[in-house]
Amino acid sequence: MSDEALQAERGVSLWRDAWLRLRRNRLAVAGGVTLILLCVLALLTPWIAPYDYRAQDLALGASPPSAAHWLGTDTLGRDLLTHVLWGGRISLAVGFVATGVALLIGVLYGTIAGYAGGRVDAVMMRLVDILYALPFMIFIILLMVIFGRNLVLLFLAIGAVEWLTMARIVRGQVQTLKQQEFIEAAVSLGLSRWTIIRRHLIPNTLGPVIVYTTLTIPSVMLLEAFLSFLGLGIQPPASSWGLLISYGAETMEEYPWLLIFPGVALSITLFSLNFLGDGLRDALDPRIAKD
Amino acid sequence: MPRFILHRLLQALPVLLVVVTATFFLVRLAPGGPFSDEKAVPAEVQRALEARYRLDQPLASQYLSYLGDLVRGDFGPSFRYPGRSVDEMIFAGLPTTAELGLYALLISLVLGTAAGVVAALRPNSAQDYLPMSAAMIGICLPSFLLGPLLILVFGIWLDWMPVSGWGNVPGDKILPALTLASGYTAYVARLSRGGMLEVLSQDYIRTARAKGLPEWIVVLKHGLRGGLIPVVAFAGPAFAGLLSGSFVVETIFQIPGLGRFYVQAAFNRDYTMIMGTTIFFAVLIVAFNLLADIAAVWLNPRLRHQYRKRAS
Amino acid sequence: MSFRKIHALLVLGLSCALALSACGGGETRVEAGDREQILHWGNGAEPQELDPHIVTGVPEHHIIIALLEGLVLKDPATLEIIPGVAERWEISADGLIYTFHLRADARWSNGDPVTAGDFAWSWRRALTPSLGNLYAYMYFPIRNAEAFATGKIDDFDQVGVEVLDEHTLRVTLNHPTPYFLQLLDHYSMFPVHRATLEKHGDPFQRGSDWTRAGNFVGNGPFVLAEWQLNKVVAVDKNPGYWDAERVRLNGIRYYPVENVSTEERMFRAGQLHVTGSIPPDKIAVYRKESPELLRTEPYLGNYFYRFNLDVPQLADPRVRRALAMSIDREQIVEHVTQGGQIPAYAFTPPDTLGYTAPPAFAHDPEAARALLAEAGYPGGQGFPPTELLYNTSEGHRKLAVAIQQMWKRELGIEITLNNQDWKVYLDSVNNGNYQIARAGWIGDYVDPNSFLDMWVTDGGNNRTGWSDPRYDQLVLECAPRAPDRERRYRCFQEAEALLMEAMPIIPVYFATRNYLTRPSVRGMPPNLLGYPLFKQIHLQAAD
Repeated sequence: MSDEALQAERGVSLWRDAWLRLRRNRLAVAGGVTLILLCVLALLTPWIAPYDYRAQDLALGASPPSAAHWLGTDTLGRDLLTHVLWGGRISLAVGFVATGVALLIGVLYGTIAGYAGGRVDAVMMRLVDILYALPFMIFIILLMVIFGRNLVLLFLAIGAVEWLTMARIVRGQVQTLKQQEFIEAAVSLGLSRWTIIRRHLIPNTLGPVIVYTTLTIPSVMLLEAFLSFLGLGIQPPASSWGLLISYGAETMEEYPWLLIFPGVALSITLFSLNFLGDGLRDALDPRIAKD
Repeated sequence: MPRFILHRLLQALPVLLVVVTATFFLVRLAPGGPFSDEKAVPAEVQRALEARYRLDQPLASQYLSYLGDLVRGDFGPSFRYPGRSVDEMIFAGLPTTAELGLYALLISLVLGTAAGVVAALRPNSAQDYLPMSAAMIGICLPSFLLGPLLILVFGIWLDWMPVSGWGNVPGDKILPALTLASGYTAYVARLSRGGMLEVLSQDYIRTARAKGLPEWIVVLKHGLRGGLIPVVAFAGPAFAGLLSGSFVVETIFQIPGLGRFYVQAAFNRDYTMIMGTTIFFAVLIVAFNLLADIAAVWLNPRLRHQYRKRAS
Repeated sequence: MSFRKIHALLVLGLSCALALSACGGGETRVEAGDREQILHWGNGAEPQELDPHIVTGVPEHHIIIALLEGLVLKDPATLEIIPGVAERWEISADGLIYTFHLRADARWSNGDPVTAGDFAWSWRRALTPSLGNLYAYMYFPIRNAEAFATGKIDDFDQVGVEVLDEHTLRVTLNHPTPYFLQLLDHYSMFPVHRATLEKHGDPFQRGSDWTRAGNFVGNGPFVLAEWQLNKVVAVDKNPGYWDAERVRLNGIRYYPVENVSTEERMFRAGQLHVTGSIPPDKIAVYRKESPELLRTEPYLGNYFYRFNLDVPQLADPRVRRALAMSIDREQIVEHVTQGGQIPAYAFTPPDTLGYTAPPAFAHDPEAARALLAEAGYPGGQGFPPTELLYNTSEGHRKLAVAIQQMWKRELGIEITLNNQDWKVYLDSVNNGNYQIARAGWIGDYVDPNSFLDMWVTDGGNNRTGWSDPRYDQLVLECAPRAPDRERRYRCFQEAEALLMEAMPIIPVYFATRNYLTRPSVRGMPPNLLGYPLFKQIHLQAAD
């Protein structure tokens, strides 16, 4: 068997083992199922939302949950359930896509910097420093002016901000891993750099990466609300969980349901993500696999 | 190690220069000048103000004279607050923001690490779920929500704490510090749990355990070192952000800090103030990332060789 | 029996807790203020400056009127002119020459007398182009003031300001200007202390530190005691003020609270006597639960949408009218803005110094649909995509969402919303880079002119591209030359009718000011300008 084939074989069994272990973790399964349910709800929203998201009843105003409006209505008399459903579409999409962008850039960048070390690492990490330091607000204002209101842009803008810390974390991990015997062994076996990065380094950084990813998704959702409020991102009357929460926070005393329901939706997502994330982390841990 | 630090400090200069240059031109690209107003600004007033602040000169010469001033340590006058200089404003807000940030930093490091370690010792048990659920709630409660909530409960309903201010009455620092710390605490808890789990399954920990060392020594001495690496990588930029990004908390609690300037300067197109706060923030970023890298080396002695190699 | 016992225990426990918390909290800042006659004032934002010839904002106004005083003041109850530094004045029969007699006992806070020369020098400074005074136009009724401010003449002696003797000042105007005395109460016409300004750098340039605590020399009822950035501006009673006997407050503390929710919480916790505003969603709560704390007062301002007449579909007045008529303003003020605003069917707020424009249209969706169909868009069909621009703010958003839906429902028109940050929004509107844009206007003085002169051809604040020579003639010539108020107002009525016929703007509502005050605050009657006369305010806790 060639070396590549051996690697592939090992890869497959690693993923299969991981999948088996994940399936045994009941919490992780519950988290995954909840997430899938949420995504299905989001996809079906146009058909299952009880009202048109634009429909208003100004005279009704903010009303607590009732038979007609299960989650109540907002200050413009719009059905909150409808807005939570539509908002979920936006928030889940932003959360996953923007985090995905951040993940992709951050992991690649961090791995390369950490693995290359020396001058390359220094230049790459100083670039990260520069990007951190540039004034974020000005960046947002410029994006808004140059590209106008655009959802794709929003994803990119968020991803472009969030990958920085990811890159730092991955680089830190890789620097540590690089010193370990199995990498040195791989190097002495003459494996190419890319193979080492792909097969050995990235899988071994997955633990912290998964944890950080599950943390990034909710913060991305809240960042989206901030950017949408500033005018980059979604347009009213459309909404998102982050926006609903930030409006709800303003009236938490008068109309608590406007805060609680979107908050619960975000929390459920977050808890599911974390359970799934922890499960994944455990399942993919190569050292546990040895047991 | 000293050579490594010196090296990094030298690298800081080009970083700062790039930040200064990019910011200088970016802020001038943003529409709306510092003097635009709801009421139309007469042409002669506009001209007078531009002349006053050198905005009538070509961009290149504006840039060069700004750099010249910077080298002399002069950040220039604020455009928004005509009677004040940028350095004066930064130094007026800095002590407050630094104090607030320091409290939040201590709270999040101590509480977060403790929660993470406790959780990692017995993964997937109540000892894990409880602190981690608390951490997740901390993430779900952003400061624009947690701040008003804490004020409502402890400031207004229970009337135990002041609802605003900083250093006016005893106890008014508690709620803002907690609010600012909560999100970071949650991050630190999650990251340190992950890092600890990673480390505790490593061979050298098993070796240590096999040697019969008491568990707490294994955890604190051997485990914590490796387990904190992701925390440290996160902490560098995060804590620089604590110092500049306390905008929300400062606004909610009416605290006279630097964070408010940092955000408002951008909205006001107060060019010199944006430059001043950005440079200040860049210095913090460089410093904290350097500290984080030093901490990482300290936590992971094996990295030391690498840096020795590089420096020689 | 047991239930009663529990109940009694509960009551006991509760009252203990209340007593404890009252003790634990001690005396609130407001209670201490009531005792010491210190007014704690929510002031909205950090003042940009305290130089009356540089600033433009309301927070600055509230501080400067405590520190400096102009020739005249306004009675806060009636907005009638009352004497300030000038104890009396004469107006020539043709209404062009004003002679002011300054009181002999007016003093600067360092003991110097306030003289006619101080006013002449200060006004020259205020008009000097290099200072960049945005309110220089307040002086423009004065002969040659505009020419001096725009650099056309350099010699201030040609400007109609003349020092007759130490205590007599003569002012010559271009036209009879009925509201001229009102302008004198605007901070841009306040005097400043020449020697102090000259000591602290170039008086004709920005960037002086003469306004800092310790440097500031003023002539108002209060002196600047402390100015802590972003924290507080403290002023104390000025014992040397000419009317000091009647000043009852010992001091005012201005807090730059930008966040309205924070401000409301500070008020509730007893840290503020007066707030600048109140979160709109809280208005209904206060109105129901503690109406004695809430004040809702008419304000000399309006809220409207601007049309860009260069946009093809908006160039047709029938379309503009249809959009205006399909908005249900009653619903908006009752359910969206909720602050007692008045639905607007004209541009100038009602009863602006006796001037009220008749409603120019009504809420009539039926007629609106007909107009739209007439313009070629029956049922909204074929109406090009149109965007409504507003600057980032929760209140503007809510209103825009409500109106967007009204247009959709009544006319079948889809309008998209776009919000931009303040400076970008200003840039877009100034450069005609918008289709429909939200706007508001607050009068500088109580006179219809303050609302109507902005719509003249190419007026700096017009920004719609609308132009009507007849309108220009009415506002710029007919009204200023009118011999009496009645005929002057007739010019304005005719002008406003033209404006509303063409409808380059949609009036939405006339503003109100909603804010909170402690019952102990006395002597602060409501007025259209939201203008407090601090020397009349005092604090008296009800026992």
